[in-house]
Amino acid sequence: MASSLLSPSFTSFLRTKDLSLYAFSSQRCFKAVPKRIRCSVAAPQRQPSTTGSVRTAMTMTEKILARASEKAELSPGDNVWVNVDILMTHDVCGPGSIGIFKKEFGEDAKVWDREKLVIIPDHYIFTSDERANRNVDILRDFCQEQNIKYFYDIKDLSNFKANPDYKGVCHVALAQEGHCRPGEVLLGTDSHTCTAGAFGQFATGIGNTDAGFVLGTGKLLLKVPPTLRFVMDGEMPDYLLSKDLILQIIGEIGVAGATYKAMEFVGTTVESLTMEERMTLCNMVVEAGGKNGVVPADSTTFKYLEGKTSLSYEPVYSDQKARFLSEYRFDVSKLEPVVAKPHSPDNRALARECKDVKINRVYIGSCTGGKTEDFMAAAKVFLASGKKVKVPTFLVPATQKVWMDVYSIPVPGSGGKTCSQIFEEAGCDTPASPSCGACLGGPKDTYARMNEPQVCVSTTNRNFPGRMGHKEGQIYLASPYTAAASALTGYVTDPREFLQ
Amino acid sequence: MKAMASLFSATATVIPRNLAVASSAKHPVGHSLPNSYSPPFLSFPTSKSNPRIRLTASLQSPPAHASASSSPSATFHGLCYVVGDNIDTDQIIPAEYLTLVPSKPDEYEKLGSYALVGLPASYATRFVEPGETKTKYAIVIGGANFGCGSSREHAPVALGASGAAAVVAESYARIFFRNSVATGEVYPLESETRLCEECRTGDVVTIELGESRLINHTTGKEYRLKPIGDAGPVIEAGGIFAYARKSGMIPSR
Repeated sequence: MASSLLSPSFTSFLRTKDLSLYAFSSQRCFKAVPKRIRCSVAAPQRQPSTTGSVRTAMTMTEKILARASEKAELSPGDNVWVNVDILMTHDVCGPGSIGIFKKEFGEDAKVWDREKLVIIPDHYIFTSDERANRNVDILRDFCQEQNIKYFYDIKDLSNFKANPDYKGVCHVALAQEGHCRPGEVLLGTDSHTCTAGAFGQFATGIGNTDAGFVLGTGKLLLKVPPTLRFVMDGEMPDYLLSKDLILQIIGEIGVAGATYKAMEFVGTTVESLTMEERMTLCNMVVEAGGKNGVVPADSTTFKYLEGKTSLSYEPVYSDQKARFLSEYRFDVSKLEPVVAKPHSPDNRALARECKDVKINRVYIGSCTGGKTEDFMAAAKVFLASGKKVKVPTFLVPATQKVWMDVYSIPVPGSGGKTCSQIFEEAGCDTPASPSCGACLGGPKDTYARMNEPQVCVSTTNRNFPGRMGHKEGQIYLASPYTAAASALTGYVTDPREFLQ
Repeated sequence: MKAMASLFSATATVIPRNLAVASSAKHPVGHSLPNSYSPPFLSFPTSKSNPRIRLTASLQSPPAHASASSSPSATFHGLCYVVGDNIDTDQIIPAEYLTLVPSKPDEYEKLGSYALVGLPASYATRFVEPGETKTKYAIVIGGANFGCGSSREHAPVALGASGAAAVVAESYARIFFRNSVATGEVYPLESETRLCEECRTGDVVTIELGESRLINHTTGKEYRLKPIGDAGPVIEAGGIFAYARKSGMIPSR
């Protein structure tokens, strides 16, 4: 098929531009190798392809796509048919994808692999909107008809806990249920599918038509992206979270700075991040236009996966001489908490520069900022302050598992209190049923939807006009630390006011 | 503006370079609109109305401005609607309307009625008038990074369902571009200059795909577009499935 199908214009790949980076890249790789060899899962440095031989140095994104397309090597700009390991869809795009699949492959067609399709209702669940409810019914009927192995259903909308299979936000659920594995290709009908790149895999969002094609064939034509490398070194200050790092990067390169490109995150800071923090980093690459984000798999990855998947997987790593379109370096120890001001994720400012911005509400939730550690972080700020919030503070755990963690895991230094207890003492709203919630507005009766033109500090991912509901609403994207600190003052607030 | 739209109606056409291509054009998402619906300003093989009828008409009355190029041959003509940079998918189709399933014909039409309804109040002119299902603007002109945000295919579908034929932007977000081609809903064309600052909503424009040219009749200026390349035939066919069938990549049904 057409090479330009995947790109409005082929951008020439400047191979010579980055020669000076090789020396540095080598250092990074050498340093990382011994660590990986100790890992329980074999992670040979040179395992790029089915042939086992390397002629061209490749990035990890290139290697994953090479293996998935059964090629020994490939280069950025190549269009290749890729075998898909997992296809994920949800209630917003699943019905349309299924519609296309049936139309194109026939009413009696079977999906290419009933164990490789993961269907996760998560967007519009706790609503009386009839079409939204119908869409979940369409998913259920399809999963029954096709005998789909992984369908995380919800039937009783009055009490999510009565639905043991229900998970919640797909990207967090994919990780928690063991569907994210190093070296694999994961496609999903959601732009934040890139979150799974945190596991050292290729993961990107696709549309209904492409998903319909994958449903029937298990393959998709993809253009191999060139890679931007982000080297983040230095000790992470204890008032920063991964959200600050990715907002910093998006502010640096802009909302289209990585369009059609892979974003690879390396460096001592990244190595020190937990899986959930790596997920936050990769989650927002699409806000820079990125096709995918990747973090090399390491012992943190392998430990997280223990007990979550019984399938074998094979990580890949960028070659020492892999070519990167450009490289950005950050000394994380010098960074400060940042926000993205309305109405663009690249409209970066220091949190302390916005201290005069009066806010009406705070929202903590979504695939970006609604994970267990995000709530632990918010609780840490509330605990440190001992005060009550000054604006309504909405909490929407991403998944049922996160919700249970919020109600059961003791917060360090609290004398055994859970997040939920700390939130209650601080005067927050009771944690809501897990779903995508008001991150993307949704039906009018969505919990915490911004129905008035208010100002919100949010741990979510986008702040374009109307994103959380009202078109004139103003959204400040921030880390859970900054969100909690802002809730306590009623203004956009640097969390150092409470954490130091 | 309405007067101008009707003044220029039905002047657009296609050069039927490949009869088989045009006559087998088929919409990828399975909707079939009544043949009585006739877009006021455009005509091309993937038109939502019956492609055969359109094609016959253009054969019988070749327009004066027809391009002689043998490359992709559609010409779009009509009013343009101008937006700025970073028009994200929430502005193209707000999330509250994502309960509409594009592959269901009646819901497809509804999506069209909501196209660009998420634009802020600063856009005084609506893309689709309240109560209408179709737009009077054939062409959307945008700035950089058009269609950024979510992967919702509802976005190009809403534009296509509203009756728009093409978007001309400085650049596109990746998934929007891909979805536009995969569905064949709208031509995502790239301009070489910032046309969003050169054109105003309501200007009368013509796009000559084969010439990679946009003409603003209101201002009398012409602009170069970047060639659509191999994506053109895919959109012309009506999306990747239709294209793949036609080119023998997958069996015809």
